[in-house]
Amino acid sequence: MLILSCPYCGVACDETELQPGGEAHLTRFGPDASDADFEGYLFRRKNPRGVHFERWRHAYGCGKWFHAARHTVTLEVFGTYPAQVTEPPPDILDAIAAKVPGWEPSS
Amino acid sequence: MGRYSVFAIAREAFRDHSGWTRAWGNPAPKKRYDAIIIGAGGHGLATAYYLGKNHGLKNVAILEKGWLGGGNTGRNTTIIRSNYLQDPSAAIYEKARGLYEDLSQELNYNVMFSPRGVLMLAQTEHEIRGYKRTAYANALQGVSTEFVGPKRVKELCPIMEIRGPRYPVLGALWQPRGGTARHDAVAWGYARKCSEMGMDVIQQCEVTGVRTERGKVVGVSTTKGDIECAKLGIVVAGHSGHVADMAGFRLPIDSVALQALVSEPVKPCMDVVVMANTVHGYMSQSDKGEMVIGGGTDGFNNYTQRGSFHHIEETVRALCETFPMISRLKMLRQWGGIVDITGDRSPILSKTPVEGVFINCGWGTGGFKAIPGSGWGFAELMAKGESPLTAEFGLDRFREGRFIDESVAAGVAH
Repeated sequence: MLILSCPYCGVACDETELQPGGEAHLTRFGPDASDADFEGYLFRRKNPRGVHFERWRHAYGCGKWFHAARHTVTLEVFGTYPAQVTEPPPDILDAIAAKVPGWEPSS
Repeated sequence: MGRYSVFAIAREAFRDHSGWTRAWGNPAPKKRYDAIIIGAGGHGLATAYYLGKNHGLKNVAILEKGWLGGGNTGRNTTIIRSNYLQDPSAAIYEKARGLYEDLSQELNYNVMFSPRGVLMLAQTEHEIRGYKRTAYANALQGVSTEFVGPKRVKELCPIMEIRGPRYPVLGALWQPRGGTARHDAVAWGYARKCSEMGMDVIQQCEVTGVRTERGKVVGVSTTKGDIECAKLGIVVAGHSGHVADMAGFRLPIDSVALQALVSEPVKPCMDVVVMANTVHGYMSQSDKGEMVIGGGTDGFNNYTQRGSFHHIEETVRALCETFPMISRLKMLRQWGGIVDITGDRSPILSKTPVEGVFINCGWGTGGFKAIPGSGWGFAELMAKGESPLTAEFGLDRFREGRFIDESVAAGVAH
């Protein structure tokens, strides 16, 4: 069973307490966005076989959205962090680099 | 390879069954093929088969990283139906269901197609309206379905408790010619025919790269060396995103785990397929007597071929109300597969940004039923560059907003 720590209330929650929210750090373009930009925001996904940054909501707890870094093949969780950022914080990136040799963040 | 028949059995009976040969070959890859299909599951093999049969393209290789039919083809709950709401879906699924009717004769391989009928239960007022709408749509599409009341449901499936209490059965969408087939046999039957036509089914051969020159595909790199090709079909279900990444484009797909389980074998007690979408569960009885049960997907990206336990618990708990007898059954096996889910819950059969590369993916939780139709349409798309069956299923529909919305419309359990 997947267990993630909510960065707000500090509770280690199992997945029945959480609502998955898909890929994190998607850019929503403004009113002048092209069709391709908007399609990318709505549909195009990295869906990696490896490290994945994703959104979760502590639905049956504090109710807040947060981010998690997780491996989609080993199901290892590298850490969770608050939702008010546009990219993963350095300590999360360091934790991933230490455990996944050769990994580089993709655009 | 010889034709399977009652005479072949009689002949072999007189010579200690020494004359049976391998059903398909085990060749080493050639240097070049006219077309390469990545993925020897049902959809990939069916594509290759119809490329050869309908379009005369026989210099074809089907590459498989594991073993034949070892992915989702061998992991589904074998349900076949075509009672979809939208016209493009009904067309391709009904084409597939129609081909299943005489697939055993066509392939000279018993795929055990059993048109035992599919009931999709309406357990809320909204589902009654939704399924009546689907029944009317199906009448216009030429798909034979009808909406039946609770009394008829109880006649068709006596082990069902239709009075609830929580979710009483208020009616059902009934497709009498839906049913099940032996999933492995579908892959094996197509593989045997492909091999017979001179195609190479190459197992234990993982594609590690897609080689392109000036935006056009020229071949693939594999664990058995580089292979050249003029056309490439990617038919790898849950791993579509990974292979598309090698070819340099991104897909509107998330890969998640979907689980199924079977009970211990019991005497025949249920001769229809029942889907209960409000409570996310579906069940049928296999020829061995096991109750085959499927449920919903996990909500997060996952490549592990095993899912979350609580989804199994939810599925079984919900089915226990509608089928009280299963509360006494022991469950024997549980497994998961990685399914490729698109935003509108409809598949993608399309050209791609790379010339010569075609993709068939996004079948999500319901690909098995579509295998023959998908292969038929995708082979035509690969051979001719267009097909009436696949026209609406292009990648560009996500940019243009022409969704084929089946996530709500078909009431499929996701």
